[in-house]
Amino acid sequence: MKTKLLFLLASVALLSGSGCANVKPWQRGTMADYTMQPDRDPLGTAQSEHIWFSREQANGGGSVGGGGCGCN
Amino acid sequence: MNTSPLKKFALALLLAGIFSTAHAALKVGDTLPDLASYKLEGKLPDSLKGKIVILDFWASWCLPCAESFPVMDELQKKYGDRLVIIAVNVDETAAKKDLFLKKHPVAFTIVRDAEQKLVADISPETMPTSFVVDGDGKVRFLHNGFHGAETRKQYVSEIESLLK
Repeated sequence: MKTKLLFLLASVALLSGSGCANVKPWQRGTMADYTMQPDRDPLGTAQSEHIWFSREQANGGGSVGGGGCGCN
Repeated sequence: MNTSPLKKFALALLLAGIFSTAHAALKVGDTLPDLASYKLEGKLPDSLKGKIVILDFWASWCLPCAESFPVMDELQKKYGDRLVIIAVNVDETAAKKDLFLKKHPVAFTIVRDAEQKLVADISPETMPTSFVVDGDGKVRFLHNGFHGAETRKQYVSEIESLLK
């Protein structure tokens, strides 16, 4: 019984300490900000992808091929 | 009654869960709270008694809010004194609200819920959310979001039904 209780307490502590928060609809100003957009800089994204497919041998599944040779 | 500690704990957890998820969101049939009791920035109309009120919650970062403003402005001009539109801004800074209003100037009442207490009490599900309130202060219609011509049509039909 004590083990079960301890397990339950530990689960609750873990869940409550997970850092997840429920953001209310009226608190989404920061999240709606331009700087929070992952695609806010298309040129920067293209450059990062180019470096990634040129240098990383484990690259794959994208629209451009590359073997990590650094020659593309 | 001899209850095991595990049962007691489970009960406490259940009660905590119930109380943490319970919130008093404003819904159709409820009475509009006294807006003057909240510290809102801006001037509220002197009396709402006998008037149809649209209470709208909006923010500068919300694109549908920008779409809704010309429509609400048009409704305010169309119905004049019979309709009071109160748009409650929930932005974190007044500067953001002012910049928005420069781009979207309107003739209806704008107030700012700087402390976000009114919005927390009313607990709208979306941005924007608007409540159409009758002359007795009862919420008669609720709009989650703004859907262009469709919402405009609903507003007109609701206001007309309340004016009868």
